[in-house]
Amino acid sequence: MSTTDTQQLTAKDLATDQDVRWCPGCGDYSILKQMQSTLAEAGIKKEDTVFVSGIGCSSRFPYYMDTYGMHSIHGRATAIASGLKATRPELSVWVITGDGDALSIGGNHLIHALRRNFDVNILLFNNEIYGLTKGQYSPTSPKGQVTKSTPMGSLDHPFNPLALAMGAEATFIARSMDRDPKHMRAILQAADAHKGTSLIEIYQNCNVFNDGAFEVFTDKSTKPKHTIFLEEGEPLTFGDEREFGIRMNGMKPEVVQLKDFSKEDLWIHDSKDMGKALILTRMFDDPRKENALPRPFGVFYREERYLYEDAMQGQIDRAKEIKGEGDLDQLIRGGHTWKVA
Amino acid sequence: MSSVTEKKDDVIILFAGDSGDGMQLTGSLFTNTSAQFGNDISTFPNFPAEIRAPQGTVAGVSGFKLRFASIDIFTPGDEVEVMVAMNAAALKANLDQLKVGGTIIANTDGFDKKNLRLAKYDEEANPLLDESLDKFRVIEMDVTKITRQTLVDSGLGTKDIDRCKNMYVLGFLYWMYNRSLANTEEFIKEKFAKKPEIRDANLKVLKAGYYFGDTNETFTTRYEVKSANLPSGEYRSIMGNQGTALGLIVAAQKAGLNLFYGSYPITPASDILHELARHKEFGVKTFQAEDEIAAICASIGASYGGTLGVTASSGPGIALKGEAIGLAVMLELPLLIINVQRGGPSTGLPTKTEQSDLLQAMHGRNGEAPLVVIAPCSPSDCFETAIEAARISLEHMVPVMYLSDGFIANGSEPWRFPSAADIKPIHPRFANAEKELENGVYYPYRRDENLVRSWATPGMKDLQHRVGGLEKDFETGNVSYDPENHERMVRIRKEKVEKIAEHIPEQAIGQGEEKGELLILGWGSTYGAIRTAVRELITEGHAVSHAQVRYLSPFPKNLGELLQRFDQVLIPEINDGQLIQLINARYDKRALPLNKIKGMPFTSREIKEKAKELLAK
Repeated sequence: MSTTDTQQLTAKDLATDQDVRWCPGCGDYSILKQMQSTLAEAGIKKEDTVFVSGIGCSSRFPYYMDTYGMHSIHGRATAIASGLKATRPELSVWVITGDGDALSIGGNHLIHALRRNFDVNILLFNNEIYGLTKGQYSPTSPKGQVTKSTPMGSLDHPFNPLALAMGAEATFIARSMDRDPKHMRAILQAADAHKGTSLIEIYQNCNVFNDGAFEVFTDKSTKPKHTIFLEEGEPLTFGDEREFGIRMNGMKPEVVQLKDFSKEDLWIHDSKDMGKALILTRMFDDPRKENALPRPFGVFYREERYLYEDAMQGQIDRAKEIKGEGDLDQLIRGGHTWKVA
Repeated sequence: MSSVTEKKDDVIILFAGDSGDGMQLTGSLFTNTSAQFGNDISTFPNFPAEIRAPQGTVAGVSGFKLRFASIDIFTPGDEVEVMVAMNAAALKANLDQLKVGGTIIANTDGFDKKNLRLAKYDEEANPLLDESLDKFRVIEMDVTKITRQTLVDSGLGTKDIDRCKNMYVLGFLYWMYNRSLANTEEFIKEKFAKKPEIRDANLKVLKAGYYFGDTNETFTTRYEVKSANLPSGEYRSIMGNQGTALGLIVAAQKAGLNLFYGSYPITPASDILHELARHKEFGVKTFQAEDEIAAICASIGASYGGTLGVTASSGPGIALKGEAIGLAVMLELPLLIINVQRGGPSTGLPTKTEQSDLLQAMHGRNGEAPLVVIAPCSPSDCFETAIEAARISLEHMVPVMYLSDGFIANGSEPWRFPSAADIKPIHPRFANAEKELENGVYYPYRRDENLVRSWATPGMKDLQHRVGGLEKDFETGNVSYDPENHERMVRIRKEKVEKIAEHIPEQAIGQGEEKGELLILGWGSTYGAIRTAVRELITEGHAVSHAQVRYLSPFPKNLGELLQRFDQVLIPEINDGQLIQLINARYDKRALPLNKIKGMPFTSREIKEKAKELLAK
């Protein structure tokens, strides 16, 4: 993110004159606010920042950010952002997408964007429903979900977005929620700081078509028992009194009581450990299930890997080193010519 | 021994063999030698879609047609004079192209029982032994055997030795047409610099073929095709896809922009990607995307960022790109979409040519989504047309569809190339904050007198704005569902494209009088065949003219008036009649069709015959 040395922006400076048109009570408002605050705090230059979105409720996002922005077509924001970043590496590029946009119609572009590792931040607003089209199940809806298109329950086994991202060898994956602004802000900052493609899955409540989908993770009364907030170098603990912890039993995570174990026995979070990250993404139990493992939030994984845009520019620099600056006449002439008198 | 030399103006050779026999290379080498000698040339490679089609079968035949002449030529020609048939299938697949009295150079080893069976000749029938080839002159050579004998001491294995077979034939043809081996020898030395045994083997076999003609008493006649009377200047040989690629690089440089090329491999467009990837010293960024949609979307992203964004494909890929093309229409950003057309529908005929995507280019999107359509007409014209496409796109903030096809993409011809300094600069419509901000507000959809909006790219201070696929207010660019505004915007986008007619050349008559009995109106790769036919018709005293349309949307502003000056208008197309639909719908003139949908270009004779039929009425 580029910083400005002139005046400090406020969140308000990043708002546009457009009325925000999400339904009252939508989780998107909170994400927008945190994004504006995060960028203002980071002291960005508005003109060097670009938001690209696809189609869906969340994809209206760019209209509300006073930066450059494109509300593109369904599923393709990651591909558009790739071309933009490839040619304008100095820009701060953010992709706003949803569970349908990123994981269904745009699934192909998402996995390829992740493996290529452009320095782009992807915010995946997951509400487990198609909101804009008024309530069909999405690729993250739990099996059996009754929606307009699945009156007898959905048959699809749902995607686990972060496990998918690990499979695509993403270099930064994290999860946050609309109802925890402080956490979200920290994650947005971490994603922004990461050099490479960052994927943040944000649990976002659609209060019209899928109200309460994540309530068990976000409601004060159930949140402590069903969530784990990952902190670098810290043991995995949870519960009202942080009385529970996660211990590795071989390759299997298990819940233990802290009264029986010391913190040293617990799983210590290390976001650079791919093996651990894989297991964390698999902590994906249906919370209604008995003995369900808590759902992790935070930065699961980060890895330093070359940026596609740098490598691309590197080849150009190398070509110029070997051949010199391109000479058009030489290009047009080619290798062999002959003269006709 | 002595041989007579006979002069010829115009020779057509067809190299035909198994797709593994190296016929494309052999043809290209003969082409280069003839081009450098100064002949006018025109080539037509014709190969199967499969990389290794079943060996020995008709389906697996790969051909390279080469025409070289001391006169002006515009097509690879109609009837073949000399055919190299490396096996029975090659003969069977191409015999109908050989003119009566023509020569067949047959590799007898390719006519053994197995090859005859694979080529589906009747039991016991061998065309080399029966009278079926009596109309032709047959030169039999046991190429495999002689090649093996020549290289018996080379230390190479049989597989490597057999790969040199094509050089024997090439050497013989060089003898037959009085050509120097130097150019090909140079090529071999360069290509196999790191494999001296292979290099030496190829050189030896090439010479052996040449000496075979020299020493064998059966060959008493050699031919000479003098250099052509081409306009003086410096020439190179150019293939269509290569011309397109070079044109794109030049266009970007002339506009002061970087070039971004997003594409997904597809026949016959991939060679543009290959060519561009070799020229990174011009700052060219090539991006092989995960699919056709990503390829165009990445290019749109690049365009949004202020780069010349280009994507290319062939028909099926263009179909996939349709929605994104519509987005580019809506965003009013520069974007080049190259379609190297092939036979359709669906996967169709991947390696064969067709002009059947014109209506797709015009209408293949949802909504009212007009764009510019432009078509090159020959391999060298690809260069100029690509620059023209980029110029229109950048100066008018509009996506441009560029319609090449397999015939010109893979064909080659001599090109009197221009100097870079003679190519006009291109002026992108970048926004200017000082001029365009009104009370601190930027209106991204305000337009100039040509209805062109300005290009504000990320990084430009105070010009932050949002664009998108939703309908926008005609001035602010904000999302608008207003009924009046939508109709207004639909008309503005259309009018913007129509106004480009003020900035392109008027349609010219390429050949013939400005008015007359018959106008043959073509577009794209039919150029050479029409030009040849019209030249002959004029020589025979007919009042026929030829016009080739480069600008298909918008049409040149004088086109309607031009059509009226002729009693009849004939439109030959390698499709079932697409330009003719546009012309007949738009102008008060009933044009007549001539269609060929065989995956093959027109011969000039086909056009000439149709023209004569119309003239006789």
